[in-house]
Amino acid sequence: MPAQPLLQFTGKSIYCSVADVHIDPWIPVDLAIITHAHSDHARGGSRHYLAHKDSEPVLRLRLGADISLQTVEYGEKFVINGVTFSLHPAGHIIGSAQIRVEHKGEVWVASGDYKLEDDLVCTPFEPVKCHVFITESTFGLPIYKWRPQQEIMTEIDNWWRQNKRDDKASVLMGYSLGKMQRILKNIELQDKVLYAHGAIYRLNEQLREAGFDLPELTLVTKDTDKKLFRGSLILAPPSVDGSAWIRKFAPYSLGYCSGWMALRGAKNRRAVDQGFVLSDHVDWPDLNTAVRESGAEKVYVTHGYTSIFSRWLNENGIEAGEVHTMYGNEDENEEEETVQDQTAVVPQSEDEETISGTNNLNARIGDTEA
Amino acid sequence: MKQFAELFMNLDRTNKTNAKVELMKNYFLTASDEDKLWALTLFTGRRPSFKVNRTQVKEWAAEEAGIPMWLFQESYHSVGDLGETISLLLPRSPIQGSDKSLTEWFHYLNMLPGMTDIEKHDHIIQAWMQLSQHETFVFNKLLMGSFRIGVSQTLVVRALAEATETDSNIIAHRVMGQWDPLKTTFETLILDKGEDDNASRPYPFFLAYPVEGDVSGLGNPEDWFAEWKWDGIRSQIIFRNGELFIWTRGEELSTEKFPELHFLSSVLPEGTVLDGEIVSYTDNRPMPFSVLQTRIGRKNLSKKALQEAPVAFIAYDILEIDRKDIRSLTQQERRTQLELLHQSMPAQPFFLLSPLIGFKEWNELHDLHPLSRQNAAEGFMIKRKNSTYQVGRKKGDWWKWKINPLSVDAVLIYAQKGSGRRAELFTDYTFAVWGDDGKLIPFAKAYSGLTDVEIGQVDYFIKRNVLEKFGPVRTVKPELVFEIGFEGINESSRHKSGIAVRFPRILRWRKDKKAEEADTLENLKGILETYR
Repeated sequence: MPAQPLLQFTGKSIYCSVADVHIDPWIPVDLAIITHAHSDHARGGSRHYLAHKDSEPVLRLRLGADISLQTVEYGEKFVINGVTFSLHPAGHIIGSAQIRVEHKGEVWVASGDYKLEDDLVCTPFEPVKCHVFITESTFGLPIYKWRPQQEIMTEIDNWWRQNKRDDKASVLMGYSLGKMQRILKNIELQDKVLYAHGAIYRLNEQLREAGFDLPELTLVTKDTDKKLFRGSLILAPPSVDGSAWIRKFAPYSLGYCSGWMALRGAKNRRAVDQGFVLSDHVDWPDLNTAVRESGAEKVYVTHGYTSIFSRWLNENGIEAGEVHTMYGNEDENEEEETVQDQTAVVPQSEDEETISGTNNLNARIGDTEA
Repeated sequence: MKQFAELFMNLDRTNKTNAKVELMKNYFLTASDEDKLWALTLFTGRRPSFKVNRTQVKEWAAEEAGIPMWLFQESYHSVGDLGETISLLLPRSPIQGSDKSLTEWFHYLNMLPGMTDIEKHDHIIQAWMQLSQHETFVFNKLLMGSFRIGVSQTLVVRALAEATETDSNIIAHRVMGQWDPLKTTFETLILDKGEDDNASRPYPFFLAYPVEGDVSGLGNPEDWFAEWKWDGIRSQIIFRNGELFIWTRGEELSTEKFPELHFLSSVLPEGTVLDGEIVSYTDNRPMPFSVLQTRIGRKNLSKKALQEAPVAFIAYDILEIDRKDIRSLTQQERRTQLELLHQSMPAQPFFLLSPLIGFKEWNELHDLHPLSRQNAAEGFMIKRKNSTYQVGRKKGDWWKWKINPLSVDAVLIYAQKGSGRRAELFTDYTFAVWGDDGKLIPFAKAYSGLTDVEIGQVDYFIKRNVLEKFGPVRTVKPELVFEIGFEGINESSRHKSGIAVRFPRILRWRKDKKAEEADTLENLKGILETYR
C-alpha cells in the first residue's frame, strides 16, 4: 500500500490521518486545529479545538464560551501519534497561525489565510521552511498589488477630515475581525470621536478584556444623539450597507476597506463614496514571496484563484495543484458578518458520556514538548 | 490630465445624476478651452482613432508586467476592462502622475498613426511610465477604449448649458453632427453665436416615454395622433447645400449604408430635414427588424444584401423647411407640411409617409394594438397634436405604447463575469430550453433585468455550483429558472437551437419553478410559427 500523504484534502478538512487531526474542518470532528477565528475556518460543533492563545477570546465569543479549547504559543511543539505540530504567525488577524506538521522528516505547512505586511495588531508573518506548502490565493492575480498600509491610513484620515469639514459623518465599513483592529491600531486617533456598530463593539470589548491594547469605542444605540455623529468616525461591518441602521448617520460619507476595492467595478457596485484598498490577505507579489521563502517543492493552492495561481507556479518550476475547500469562496467571507451578530453558541449534541469515552484532548497531547 | 482623470473617476463613482452634472459643470468652468473641447469630444463619443492594435498593446503590457499572455487574459477577465487591467498590471506607477494637459496627451497620441510598430511601442510605454494608475487607465481609454462612463449626452449638454449659461436646446444642437476637435475650437463650437455653417448637423431627436398605466389616462382622444411604432432604425434625413446626410439615432452618419435613399437628393427641396424610421421593406410591406439586421452590420454592402433586405424611409416628422427650423410649430402643423411634401414627390416605394391611425375612442386603439406584430410594428406612438418638437426624452407629448415582449421560461446554464460595475460578479448568463432529447439547448444570452440584490443571489449560487470552466465561462448546475422576454424571433442556422431571438432580457426570476418545468424548444418554435 502506498503511503498516505501527510495531509489530505478530504472534502471535510485538511486532514492528518496519522495523527487523526483535522485542520479547519467544515464539519464537526473530534479534534480540530484552527488556523484563525474567521467563521469560514473556525466552525462550530467539534469536540475539541486547538488554536493559538490569541484566538481564544474570539473563538469563545463565536463558537461558545464552553467549547473545549486548548491553546498554544507560536513555535510551541506538540506531538500527536508521532506527528509533531506547531503553530507559526500568519499575520492575518489576531491569533492567526500557519500549522506546521512534521512526520518522519517530512514537513507540511497549512498557512490558512495570511499576509506579509506587519499590521501592528497581530504577530507578523514568519516564513516556515517546508516541503509542502498549502496556500490561499484570494488575491492570486497580478492585478492585486497593495500599497503600504500607512498610505491607505492617510487616505482614510484625509477622507474623514474632508467629511468633518463638510459637517458629515464618516461611516467606514470593513470586516469586524481583522480590518477594524488594524484600522484602530494604525490610524491617527487623537482627534477623532469613534463610534461602533454592535458587532464591532462587542468584539472590541472582548479583545480589550483579554488584554489587547485597543481603544475604547462608543456603541451606537438608538438613543445616541444624532447630532454627535457629525464629524465622527463610525466603524461598521459591510452588512450595514443599505440597512435602516445606517440612515441615522445622514448626512454621511460611506467608505469601505477591502482588497476588492482595487477594482473600479467592485467599488462602483458597492456604491460607496470612497473605497480603500486594504486587505488582510497577501497580494500577488507577496504571495510569490511567501511561496519562495517556504522553500517548498510542492504547493497546494486553496481558495481564491486556485487554477490560475497553480498554473503560474507550475510554469515557474514549482509543482502545484489546486484544491477545493470551503474557505473564502471568492468573497472574502461576506457571510461572516451576518453570522457574527448572533454570537450563537453551537449546540453540543454529544453528551458527557461520549466525550469522556474518547481519548480526550489532554491525554492525546500530553506528550507535548516544551 | 490630472483634472480630467479625476473628473472621470468621480463620474464613474457616483450614480446620482445631479452629482454628475455638477462634476462636469465644474470641469467646464475650470478647465482650459482646449481641454474642454477634448473632454466634450470624448463625452459625445467622438474619440479619434489612433490606429493601434489592441492585441499588440496587450502584448506590450504583459511584457512590461512580466507575465505570460494567458495570465494577462485571466486578469482581463476578472477586471472586465482592458484599459483598467493594464493600469493595474504595469509595474508600480508614480503616485504623482503627469503634468501634461489632456490636450497635450491628445497631441502625443496623435503622433501614433504615422509611427512604426517599434516606435509605437516605445511611445506608449513612455507614456505609461509617466502616468499614475488612474491616469494610465484614462490614457488607455483615450488610446483604444470605448469611452463609456455612464453619462448620457443629455447630462453633458445640461452641464455645458449651465456652465456657459446658454439654453440647453441650443447646446444640444451645437454638439451634434460632424465636427473635428483638431479643426474647431471650443469657442467656435459652443460659444459662437454666429451663423451655423455646419450643413450636416442634425437636430437632437425628440424621444418618447412609455405610456404609464392605461392609454386612456392621456385624456381626450381628439388631442392625439396615433401611428404605428415602426421597428427599424430611427433616422434623420438632411438635405442642405445640395448634399444628403442620413443620421441614425446613435448619432452615426450612415448615408452610405442606405443607397436606396440617395435618390432623395434629387427630389427633396433645399434645406429639408425629415425625421422617421428606416425599415426593411419588401412587397409593399415593412419587414421585421431581423431582416434589416442582416445588412446593417456589414462593412461592404453586397448586391445580394441589398436585394434581400431593401429599405424604405417611413417619415413621420419634418423639422426644417427651406432652411428654416420649424420645430416650434405644432405636431399637427408639421404633419400637414410633411404630407404636402410627400404629395409633391413622384410615386416610389422608398420614401413613405407613416399613416395616422384613425380612432375616436381609446378602445379602438386597444383593439388594434394586438395586431402590431402583424404590421411589423412594436406598438403605437401617441403624439399630442399641439406639441412642439422637443429635445431628448421629455415626458408629456410623445408616448410609446409597446406590445408586451414574447417570453419563455428558461434555465440558466452558463455564466460569465460582467465588466465595469459588474466586474467580479457573474452577471452575463446563457439560457436554455429543453430539446426533444431531454437535453438543455442554449438559445439566448441576457444580462439585464435583475435587481442588484438578485444579481448578488444569483452570483452566490453560481460561485457554489460551477460544473466546468471554459476560459471565462462557467457551466452552472441547471437549477435556476428565469422568464426571458424578447422582441422578435427568427430562424437561424448559426445557432444550435435553430432560433435567434432579438433583445432577450430577463423579465423575472421564476423562483417558483424547477428546471424541469422550463419551456421547450417546441414552445419556442411555436412562437416562431405564430410571429414569422
